[in-house]
Amino acid sequence: MKIGVLLKQVPDTETKIRIRSDSKGIETDGIKYILNPYDEFAVEEALKVKEKVAGSEVVIFSMGPARVVEAIRTALAMGADRGIHVEDTGLVSDSYIAATVLANTVRQENLNLLLCGKKAIDDDASQVVAMVAEFLNWPQVNIIEKLELNPDGQGAVVHRRVGGGTQEVYDVGFPCVLSCEKGLNSPRYASLPGIMKAKTKPLAVLKATDLVGDNKIKTEFVNWRLPPERKAGKIIQGETVEAKAKELVRLLREEAKVL
Amino acid sequence: MPHFDLTSEQEMLQKTIRDFAEKEIRPVAQKLDEKEEFSYPLTAGMAKLGLFGMTVSPDYGGLGLDTLSYVLCVAELARVDGCQAATVAAANSLGIGPIATFGTEKQKQKYLPDLCSGKKLWAFGLTEAEAGSDAGSSKTHAEIKKGQGGSPEWLINGSKIFITNGSSEITGGATVQCVTGGGKEGQKKELSCIIVEKGTPGFTAKTMHHKMTWRSTNTAELYFQDVAVPEENLLGKRGEGFRQMLQTLDSGRLGIAAMGLGGAEGAFEAALKYAQERKTFGVSLSKHQTIAFKLADMAVEIEAARNLLYKACWLKDEGKPFTKEAAMAKLYCSEMMGRVVDQAVQIFGGYGLMEEYPVAKFYRDQRLLEIGEGTSEVQRIVISRQLGC
Repeated sequence: MKIGVLLKQVPDTETKIRIRSDSKGIETDGIKYILNPYDEFAVEEALKVKEKVAGSEVVIFSMGPARVVEAIRTALAMGADRGIHVEDTGLVSDSYIAATVLANTVRQENLNLLLCGKKAIDDDASQVVAMVAEFLNWPQVNIIEKLELNPDGQGAVVHRRVGGGTQEVYDVGFPCVLSCEKGLNSPRYASLPGIMKAKTKPLAVLKATDLVGDNKIKTEFVNWRLPPERKAGKIIQGETVEAKAKELVRLLREEAKVL
Repeated sequence: MPHFDLTSEQEMLQKTIRDFAEKEIRPVAQKLDEKEEFSYPLTAGMAKLGLFGMTVSPDYGGLGLDTLSYVLCVAELARVDGCQAATVAAANSLGIGPIATFGTEKQKQKYLPDLCSGKKLWAFGLTEAEAGSDAGSSKTHAEIKKGQGGSPEWLINGSKIFITNGSSEITGGATVQCVTGGGKEGQKKELSCIIVEKGTPGFTAKTMHHKMTWRSTNTAELYFQDVAVPEENLLGKRGEGFRQMLQTLDSGRLGIAAMGLGGAEGAFEAALKYAQERKTFGVSLSKHQTIAFKLADMAVEIEAARNLLYKACWLKDEGKPFTKEAAMAKLYCSEMMGRVVDQAVQIFGGYGLMEEYPVAKFYRDQRLLEIGEGTSEVQRIVISRQLGC
């Protein structure tokens, strides 16, 4: 089996986000980047499938500047076989363009299965995975919590949770796109021997501008703003409980206007 | 010009160990310490990462990594828990080191693969109840006797104390320094190291409890009562025991220094975070100059220690003499951590005295570093002799 994984490198969850002076993006200086945590579940699941099906190969795809090579190397150190870095200098991109370029890259590889995180924790858009599946014209099941290969190796049974604790179970044929939820597995650590081996694994570099065709962005960020700072809470003063309750009701009615 | 960049592999392994330490060790470290419990699951996890036998040749199951990579890993473990760092550092420098450096081909083939995979731990029996810094005064002795099968055997009698990884369930045995001759009427003692496997009749190991420091590390007393092992269990050459020990400790010092550096970083980070969160007189502690300056001084000391340690590793990796620098790094990093944890406790105030807050354990675990693998006083002897004193 040939299994692909889409990776995105995202700012560390502890990053203090600062808005650029033109409000069209964030300041990237000094940001520490990590592998998108949901994508780690995808890498782990790909490796688990590889371990079950002899002769399988895991290919990592990541689009972005030179720094995303670190994320690819991490996946290679975990045990993936090779990486494809889609270098995006000069690309004017949005989710649609990113999905277009990635779908065109994936198309060259004849995959049986494409795994991804359910979303990237930077913009939380959750768009690229669905669009890639559509562009490839492959079935997709999103936010899966369990994956079992079918005995014939031509598909898998996957579980996803829907509201109220209900589980949906799908039997999906390959090739398909599956996006991974927390709880699907616990990602392995890159071992020290794995890290040593990673540097000798093949890593191809493609140019995003060669893969985008005549497509143009469909959305544009016009403005970025930080969420308003949370105001401090208020402690209601009063002689008696009744007086405090009365004041609370007054504030809810007149100040918060929720009553 | 020297440069201070780590290679991308070094950065990646540092990050991996940090992730492991944060996710697997931090949640249980306090509890293990409280219960004085050695953790087999954590040891297995560290083995799976490849932390045992890091610098040993791949021919024997090691990774063939450089000294700096090893030191980075030990420091990352110590940043979260000195006890797990100690298990790894002792296994590498004291358990695996002597066999890998001085062992015969047969000994290396026999013992190293299981030690490098972390399936087994190995101890180094040096210190005795009445022989610590004065290691030459050790009494445990071995003599060649004809064994039951007619072939010559070492017959060992004596005991060792404070032996890290000496009595865990997965300990495979110990390399034991013994008096193998001399010592009479002003004669110089002949010291040799002998390999003793667990299960050899007369060899017993007893876990030591009620420690102030390194409470979830395995520490043992080893007893040898008419323990007979084949003559070929001699490590390297007869009479080389003292030199082997000195050389082992040169490298071991880098591991202890790494624990000082990592532990200081852990305590410093906790103190900085607390100082930024805790408010007194209407502002955070870190806005008071008296606290801010403490933190600045701590950061400077940590950086100076790091440079000293990395340089000692660089010397070793370049094949240059590093005895003096290793002793300097061990001395400075361990004493530096002492100053940093002292200030960290001060910044935490009353909470610094409570075990449920993170700095008390760093404060206790630091104390060993000025004693183990050569006390601070011994380091000063080593350094001053290197200076020509």
